[in-house]
Amino acid sequence: MRNIFSIARKEFKSLFISPVAYAVSLAIFLIMGILFYANVLGAAYQQIAPSIQVVIGPLATILLFTTPAITMRTLADEQKSGTLEILLTAPVRDWEVVIGKWLGTLAFVALVLLITWVYPIILNQIVDPGIDQGSLVSGYLGLFLMVASFLAIGVSVSSLFSNQIAAFFATLGILLALWMIGYPAQIMGSMGGEVLRYIDLSEHFYPTFYRGILELKDVVYYLSVTSLALLLGSISVETRRWR
Amino acid sequence: MIRVTGLTKDYGSRRAIHDLTFNARKGEILGFLGPNGAGKTTTMRILTGFMPPTSGTVEIGGYDVIDHSLEVRRIVGYLPETVPLYPDMTVREYLEYMASLRHLKNIEKRVTETLEQVGMADRANGYISNLSKGMRQRVGLAQALIHQPEVLILDEPTIGLDPAQVVNIRKLIKEIGQNKTVILSTHILPEAQQICDRVMIINKGHIVAEDTPEQLQARLTGSQRVLLTVRGESQDVVPLIKQLPGILQVVEKEDGTLEYESLPGQDIRPLVARKIIEAGFDLLQLQPINMSLEEIFLQLTRDETEPSAAMPEVGYSMEEN
Repeated sequence: MRNIFSIARKEFKSLFISPVAYAVSLAIFLIMGILFYANVLGAAYQQIAPSIQVVIGPLATILLFTTPAITMRTLADEQKSGTLEILLTAPVRDWEVVIGKWLGTLAFVALVLLITWVYPIILNQIVDPGIDQGSLVSGYLGLFLMVASFLAIGVSVSSLFSNQIAAFFATLGILLALWMIGYPAQIMGSMGGEVLRYIDLSEHFYPTFYRGILELKDVVYYLSVTSLALLLGSISVETRRWR
Repeated sequence: MIRVTGLTKDYGSRRAIHDLTFNARKGEILGFLGPNGAGKTTTMRILTGFMPPTSGTVEIGGYDVIDHSLEVRRIVGYLPETVPLYPDMTVREYLEYMASLRHLKNIEKRVTETLEQVGMADRANGYISNLSKGMRQRVGLAQALIHQPEVLILDEPTIGLDPAQVVNIRKLIKEIGQNKTVILSTHILPEAQQICDRVMIINKGHIVAEDTPEQLQARLTGSQRVLLTVRGESQDVVPLIKQLPGILQVVEKEDGTLEYESLPGQDIRPLVARKIIEAGFDLLQLQPINMSLEEIFLQLTRDETEPSAAMPEVGYSMEEN
């Protein structure tokens, strides 16, 4: 446990030193700011009260595209610079390295999510009688769980590469594929479609968390994806020794 | 302390090391000497548990390196060939991180001590990215020493250091080697000669020689060579010495000095001196030449297919005689 925290803390701190994290934060807040303004303005023109979804929706999409940039360096960089050699010869288990890295990036994204709370706070001020607190909580819980699974996939994929850019695009590819794999289900229907829809990352977010509905199966789904990705990442680090 | 038996490692179809067997005691500095690609780094990586061997066993401090990997890693300090540093951290942050992974108590104190040991205390708060190659090397060494390991494995520890630092680091390694076990690889032969208690020459994954530096020299030199300088026409001296008993060969060098080679085990220098003076020459110098570890090394690692390419100096050859 101590090792995981040591590694997570180091990862968290180094994200604040790396320009990538700042660039990613800038992108998130810039795009969020524009979309938030546009959505609130749009709602005002249509004479309807903007709901919390105007924050949660864009945030989910932006995180889908930005999390690979946060995880891309985690293990790929250690491999390239040779520091993995010292990490893997220190008395630290392979899975502790992977979980530590993931936890560090998760803490960073959690902080970013925390900062985005300014939007619901603003929204709460301008909307009468205030926004739906249930939707807010379930939306953010969903975002957090979903991002945790994105990051787990990202860290795991990063272990396969010693090049950050390669890790970025591979992660983005996998996330997008898992994000859209439910689409063919609309055509297929029946059994195969059900399976695809169950695998789909977005199918466990938009119908439930996003709409303010909390369902155990969705929580279990994201936790399972996260665990599976971290397990595969650990195996990948371990097999690296054999290569 | 370290017991290696039948260690073999294959990279695909290429066999990097063949059936290595060796031991290292507590309080011993063992040097790996070999050309590039000889298998030194591979051996060290297996010893530190970074990669598993194809076959064979490694036991460090009584623990098997595969079955009790974590125990082994706890007692081993390792400086890899590429110094493992995070450029965006300060020296102190880096060492504190390494110390935290090893669950040290009093991290701050230990980091300060180690920094003083490697002579980097004044750069503790500087970023690693701003350090020179030699400084990075020392920080890497500090990282290997931070937990005061029983076993220290150093892959080319003095590479990139300036001469003054090299002297310091060698002294440090020698000190540590007094009550710890140190394995280091080097391609600098005088270094092995100076700091190692025992040298293993590795070539193409095989151990080609293993002994103390002195013994290696004695064993491989075989015959005794002596450098001889006289005043005046040195070629006249050649036939004079040639007829002496025990002389194998006399060579006149370009600078006018002579070099003779005699049978091992008997020192005929007094005889040679007397003969030269009796003949009316002025004897200026009579000095034995030790075959340097460099020559031994070249001779041992020389490819069979390219004879004499790596032969030591003028006309000297053991096979000829």
